[in-house]
Amino acid sequence: MKAYDLMELAGRNLREAVLRNSLTTLGIGVGVASLVAMLSLGVGLQRLVSQQLGRSGLFDSIFVVSRQDMRNDRRQDVKPDEIKLLDDDARKRFQQISGVVEVYPDIRGMGEFRFAGPGQKEESYFTLMAGLPLSARRSDAFDDLQGNFFSGANAPEAIILNDFGRQLLGITAERGHFDDPLTNDQAKQLLGKEITLRYAERQSTGDQPAPQESADASGFSVVRKEQKLKIVGIVNAEPYGGGRGARSRVLVPMDFAESLNMIQPADLRSLMRSGQGKTYVALIVRVAKSTQVLGVEDAIKKQGYSTFSLLDASRNISRFFTFLDLFLGIFGSLALAVASLGIVNTLVMAILERRREIGIMKAIGASDGDVQKIFFCEAGSMGLLGGALGVLMGWLIGRVINFGTNIYLQRQDIKPENFWYVPLWLVAAALGFSIVVSLLAGLYPAARAARLDPVKALRHE
Amino acid sequence: MVSNGTEAVRTESLVRHYKLGQSIIRAIDGVSLTIKKGDFTALLGASGSGKSTLMNLIAGLDHPTSGSIVVEGKELAKLESGQLAQYRRHTVGMVFQSFNLVPTMTLVENVELPMRFAEVDRGERRTRVEEALRSVGLSGRLEHRPSEMSGGEQQRAALARALVNRPKILLADEPTGNLDSKTGTEIMELIRGLNREIGMTVIIVTHERPLAERYANRLIFLGDGKLLGESANTPGGTQ
Repeated sequence: MKAYDLMELAGRNLREAVLRNSLTTLGIGVGVASLVAMLSLGVGLQRLVSQQLGRSGLFDSIFVVSRQDMRNDRRQDVKPDEIKLLDDDARKRFQQISGVVEVYPDIRGMGEFRFAGPGQKEESYFTLMAGLPLSARRSDAFDDLQGNFFSGANAPEAIILNDFGRQLLGITAERGHFDDPLTNDQAKQLLGKEITLRYAERQSTGDQPAPQESADASGFSVVRKEQKLKIVGIVNAEPYGGGRGARSRVLVPMDFAESLNMIQPADLRSLMRSGQGKTYVALIVRVAKSTQVLGVEDAIKKQGYSTFSLLDASRNISRFFTFLDLFLGIFGSLALAVASLGIVNTLVMAILERRREIGIMKAIGASDGDVQKIFFCEAGSMGLLGGALGVLMGWLIGRVINFGTNIYLQRQDIKPENFWYVPLWLVAAALGFSIVVSLLAGLYPAARAARLDPVKALRHE
Repeated sequence: MVSNGTEAVRTESLVRHYKLGQSIIRAIDGVSLTIKKGDFTALLGASGSGKSTLMNLIAGLDHPTSGSIVVEGKELAKLESGQLAQYRRHTVGMVFQSFNLVPTMTLVENVELPMRFAEVDRGERRTRVEEALRSVGLSGRLEHRPSEMSGGEQQRAALARALVNRPKILLADEPTGNLDSKTGTEIMELIRGLNREIGMTVIIVTHERPLAERYANRLIFLGDGKLLGESANTPGGTQ
């Protein structure tokens, strides 16, 4: 029998018992909806976490240090001539590795900041300052930025942390409110104001002894410098913070930070290892996708450096979500399994009802295969319709629960998020699964209908 | 068994036994007969004589327990289920006492149904449906369902359905059993027309001897599954 005839016959049979078939289809729909709802929750949560982690910048970055700086005793076997310096050459080489987006040094140093609060005299504050690449703008730390981000990579501008802001204004936060953002009034008193930075600049002297202060014949001199910075923004937390040592409370654009040539702890180390020139404490290599981390890490290691990334942690997270999806999928499938029994029931009922009709069809030339195909097609159609209905219902359930959850979150002053996400592959998989389950459910009834003895079937009243 | 070119049906020691609990029903018990092409044959017998079972065996709806049955050169006992379906599509057309139209289909859909299984192109189907309906004298109420039609109209539709795939043999199982005598006669006249005009082989099952004598040129008598006798007959005139 031709495909369109098969579809037509199956379609008209489904329409003949429209209530029963609709209820069965609805049952499949509910099963698919539960599957889609469960899995879209799992997928949505995973996506949310990956987005957050991705935006934190921790999972697409590799922290590179020179092996000479590894203080671990076990690394003592590294021979001095095998040690590769973390210098400008290394930085350029890393930049050329495929997948690398940017390479920047981990610049942080202690500085003295002078600031006069409104109606107050100028006071001095010591705190850590760090350079920040412009790409850090996408970090979630800037979601609640007060003011603006840096206007350029070389701008003499600063973004300060809110607790430093409070310190500058001479305000003490109440207990339990240390992380609270500044009020608009407080922010206004800081934004656009100038703050003076005093820091120690490293000036290369080459072989010439420097005339001032602590000079060394083969090293550099340290000069006290002053630089005015404009406060452009206030944030609650340092981006990429926590993972890289001490917390910096003043952030400046990376290129600007480099141009300051602040003295770094590594400078003192390289001073002792004579003849090494300028080296970096650490370089941060950012890759385009977290999946590229491993390859780039390997390439850097092969060049003789030590690396560190949070990829292992992220791998565990994706493993956790795989299990979560699996469990949610199993629970979601239970409803579909129950619904598939509905198909078996409906089709077995249909065989009993259409017994004579099957006999007639066989008498006028239908083969066992034709009869089987008609029942199969009916089961598949219910699966397809139920699947489509289920995807729609699952999506709607997700939207409604997401909406409700976000109302609750907003009342708790938490930013609303999309927990539910129905990707295209889930739609296709749910439809496919629904059809396959329905066809499996149709196996027995279709075989039974095909086996029907036409002589007995024709005698059936 | 070899059949010659003039034979439509030939059975040899044909046996069909059914098991009913512990006992065996000998529905057909060693029947050997021959029906020639173009014959109008009536299978006569009382209820339970085995005439309908013989009809089902000729129709390829049932398998013989033993013996041989050759229809239009095909040994039905040796055909697989798919080949038997093919045979039912193209070699025989069936008409039943209770019409056996699909109640959920319209008249046109019922007549068209065998062509769906025979994979006849859609364009040709409509022409053939109209042709078949015209040959049985049905033209109106084509989109009506069987329940909305009279018994005579239903049997005409069933006859059109049996003819639509242009079979070589028409099998009719008590075709007038559910009809009044006037309508029954009209149906029988139609069948006789097919036999006379296009030389179609017709086999009818009936328990009404007068009906058989009026239309058939050959009478076969069955009783308790056995062939009791056969005779040539000169059919009566049109009533």
